[in-house]
Amino acid sequence: MYAQMVKTDANKVRDLSEMTEEERAFQARIDRGEKIEPTDWMPEGYRKTLIRQIGQHAHSEIVGQLPEGNWITRAPTLERKAILLAKVQDEAGHGLYLYCAAETLGVSRDELIELLHAGKMKYSSIFNYPTLTWADIGAVGWLVDGAAIMNQVPLQRTSFGPYSRAMIRICKEESFHQRQGYDIMMKMANGTAEQRRMAQDALDRLWYPSLMMFGPSDKDSVHSAQSMAWKIKINTNDELRQKFVDQTVSQAEYLGLTIPDENLSWNDEKGGYDFSEPDWSEFFEVLSGNGPCNRERMEARVKAWEEGSWVRDALMAHANKKEAAKTAAE
Amino acid sequence: MKKEWPLWEVFIRGQHGLNHRHVGSLHAPDAEMAIKNARDVYTRRKEGISIWVIPSAQITASDPGAKDALFEPSVDKIYRHPSFYDIPDEVGKM
Ligand SMILES: [Fe+2]
Ligand SMILES: [Fe+2]
Repeated sequence: MYAQMVKTDANKVRDLSEMTEEERAFQARIDRGEKIEPTDWMPEGYRKTLIRQIGQHAHSEIVGQLPEGNWITRAPTLERKAILLAKVQDEAGHGLYLYCAAETLGVSRDELIELLHAGKMKYSSIFNYPTLTWADIGAVGWLVDGAAIMNQVPLQRTSFGPYSRAMIRICKEESFHQRQGYDIMMKMANGTAEQRRMAQDALDRLWYPSLMMFGPSDKDSVHSAQSMAWKIKINTNDELRQKFVDQTVSQAEYLGLTIPDENLSWNDEKGGYDFSEPDWSEFFEVLSGNGPCNRERMEARVKAWEEGSWVRDALMAHANKKEAAKTAAE
Repeated sequence: MKKEWPLWEVFIRGQHGLNHRHVGSLHAPDAEMAIKNARDVYTRRKEGISIWVIPSAQITASDPGAKDALFEPSVDKIYRHPSFYDIPDEVGKM
């Protein structure tokens, strides 16, 4: 997902009898569905895990602007350009809401950005794939934002107040993202033979990377179990992936496109589709920095950060000067 | 000198004359930029017609540890609510 394989520091999920009194009271609040606010007592592990998770989520929103930003100047019409610009601007907003949510836990935005640039924090694997044609912009909105919605809708109910509120804002804006993507796919799929070919090619390349967004199966993961006990993770990776596939198959059929999976078939018994797992060795390669665009993405981020530094400093110096002049005049 | 832009809390009043409501926070070098950034970050879809910003450092919050002392006294004063009083139906709507 936008936050993949977040570690919790737990080596097992402790039951109530193994907790301190404070921890028990905290867990009881979560079990009652109460929201935890930044100034409330919380276990150190909860705080640290949330910083990792929200930070990674924020980084994904920001880095995720790059593959789409790549097509703003080449959008086929002025309307498509305005739409894509608005979509990418939303993603910047999502990143900012989330950095602010993380900051309530006692980390600064600059620290998080520096950790990302030092390779000590990650962002979603999906943004390390290139957007080669205009159809990819359609497929990203349809599949990538579609997968993000799957994960973000339940997270609106997460136990940490600021994270939950950020998710509510984000979810309000996501539906436009997926629909504009599907709209591009409809145009392409009903267009010329060449456009259809581009649409199918985009689906072929982005299908498995989209399935990877949910992360490998975590049904035996201590970290996921702990995160679920804390309600900072609501569903297992497999549950969300299954929901995503079940939802997407008919959408692909409507477009007349073929999902690149020979094993895809309806399973009456489970009431969902059977499908092939993505190549997890590819996922781990991408996560460890060896995807098609990892280096390019980080270079673009670091360049923007470094080349913007004099602007940030100048504006701060100007504000300090104005403030000093005001104080002197009083 | 600290280089990171300070944090501001953003409050927005929607279309319908309600109170300004806290919507989130953002970083900006000064109040003027905070308003401009708030417009971009929090009002891209006509969410409001007025923005307030205030440096986060200027906010004084109640102590979460004093929750009971602050809010408990109102719990047993149910006579502050209209539903405490039984008014006969004959009296009509009140
Ligand atoms: Fe987003
Ligand atoms: Fe999005």
